[in-house]
Amino acid sequence: MTALLEVRDLGKRFGGLQAVAELSFSIGEGEILGLIGPNGAGKSTVFNLVNGVFSPDRGHVVFRGEDITGIAPFQVVRHGLARTHQIVQPLANMSVLENCIVGACFGRENLSLAKAEGVAREVADFVGLTDRLGDPAGQLTIAGKKRLELARALCARPVLLLLDEVLAGLNPTEVERMIGVIRRIRDRGVSILMIEHLMQAIMSLSDRIVVLNSGRKLAEGLPAEVAANPAVIEAYLGDASLAAELHERT
Amino acid sequence: MSPAATLRRPTFWLIVAVALVFALAPLSGNNVELREDLLLAAIYIILAANLNLMIGYAGYVNFGNIVFFGLGGYLCVWLVNSHGWPLLAAALSAGVAVSFLALLFGLGILRLRGAYFALATIGVNEGVKAFVANFTPWGGATGIYLSIEAYQPLGGAAQALWIIYFLLVAVMALSLLLSYGIKTSKFGLGLLAIGQNEDAAAVLGVPTPRYKALVYSASAFLPAIAGALFFFKSAFIQPDDAFDLVLSTEAIVVVMLGGQGTVVGPALGAFLYEELRSTLLTAQAFSNFQLVIAGVLLLVIVLFVPGGLMGWIHRRWPRTKRVLE
Repeated sequence: MTALLEVRDLGKRFGGLQAVAELSFSIGEGEILGLIGPNGAGKSTVFNLVNGVFSPDRGHVVFRGEDITGIAPFQVVRHGLARTHQIVQPLANMSVLENCIVGACFGRENLSLAKAEGVAREVADFVGLTDRLGDPAGQLTIAGKKRLELARALCARPVLLLLDEVLAGLNPTEVERMIGVIRRIRDRGVSILMIEHLMQAIMSLSDRIVVLNSGRKLAEGLPAEVAANPAVIEAYLGDASLAAELHERT
Repeated sequence: MSPAATLRRPTFWLIVAVALVFALAPLSGNNVELREDLLLAAIYIILAANLNLMIGYAGYVNFGNIVFFGLGGYLCVWLVNSHGWPLLAAALSAGVAVSFLALLFGLGILRLRGAYFALATIGVNEGVKAFVANFTPWGGATGIYLSIEAYQPLGGAAQALWIIYFLLVAVMALSLLLSYGIKTSKFGLGLLAIGQNEDAAAVLGVPTPRYKALVYSASAFLPAIAGALFFFKSAFIQPDDAFDLVLSTEAIVVVMLGGQGTVVGPALGAFLYEELRSTLLTAQAFSNFQLVIAGVLLLVIVLFVPGGLMGWIHRRWPRTKRVLE
């Protein structure tokens, strides 16, 4: 498997906090890689380093053979790497359709407005937002906003999609639907790097899992291997229910 | 949007119609009083429409927007007076030069956001004003006077006033068409996204630094030409008139009154404000009473109708959104 994204020896410090340190991992084409770890482990920081919101203090991010370390987020999208936000960021007064058009026309293919609208409608249909196209994005429910995050990122026609807790805050039915959508995205040939706290979901979706703790890689491997790893269980012990759930899944 | 699609939009024709009314109304009966009234309305429309590109589209409040108007005026009057340039060449050059200068300023101050950006724009205006007030080639604090000969190439003073009026109406129409053109373009969509949430826009791929600098520069071009024409008409320019923060603030009131982010809103707001202003100016009891009204008006709008007149109309009759942009 050739590496689509390669993160090498990434490091980032915020004041006295070493948020990410000596982190290396890679994602192959067509792969779903899960990124898990206790709260504050540095997962979202990794996303921000990969897509250019922050520049790393050290290390490299190589995407499709190109070094994209430290380039601006809007340039990262052009390379074919799109993301969603853990805390939803709708363009609140713009309609759902307009939100999606923004994603499409400033995405990898740099489409014209007319072509972008076509892509936006298609993607909105794919994630199930068609009946809300005309509504202001700010009026969507939390599930709707999560789906909009996903739709906008998909509109960019990415090669690799970073999903930051798209399942958080959804009810079980909505989680089921979202998992279905994520599977179908992968079936379309898009690779996925996802952060998720819902163990059941991430264990079943991911091909491989990287576990972060205090900014460092604690473990890496198949979901079953990671779940049986004593170090991982220990890291989660502060969070007893999660540790129990991990055991249950193995 | 293709040219053919533009021609089918009512907003385009509305802009053309407004410009024609402005151009033709004072012609009947050679109504100079009406012309002067409409000339001021046109200036307000130009200032507001271009300011709206910043406030309404990109979400950046430019308190010092009048600096473009004043600098354009100075450059034009100076080129005509000291270098004998013809009016059109001087006004166009002033527009290009001020626009370029804005691009440089913009690359610097557009790193700031919110209140800090707003403060920086006041700083730019006051800084330029202080510079000009001490700049001897531009007459320092006394400013520059144009001699009556400057109007000779335009066929004398009386005819020159008409020509300048028509030119200003043209600049007004261009300002509204620019607003309209940007709003219906990919550039405009990117700006609206920046106005909503700049960080999210960047993550979605909007090249935010470039777009912000471009719109700041674009919003300087036509006001600079308007300033050039206006001060050529006055035949006199001095720092206090050219860089008057009162006019800057009035432009903000106009944008908010008409409806920020809409194409026709600033024009509607400017027309109403100018009518209000000319009524109140004649009041004996209180000079500059319009400024008191303007302040109250701004408060009421921000508190109760943040979308302005057009926002209110769009909410009341949602179908008008498609007709009036």
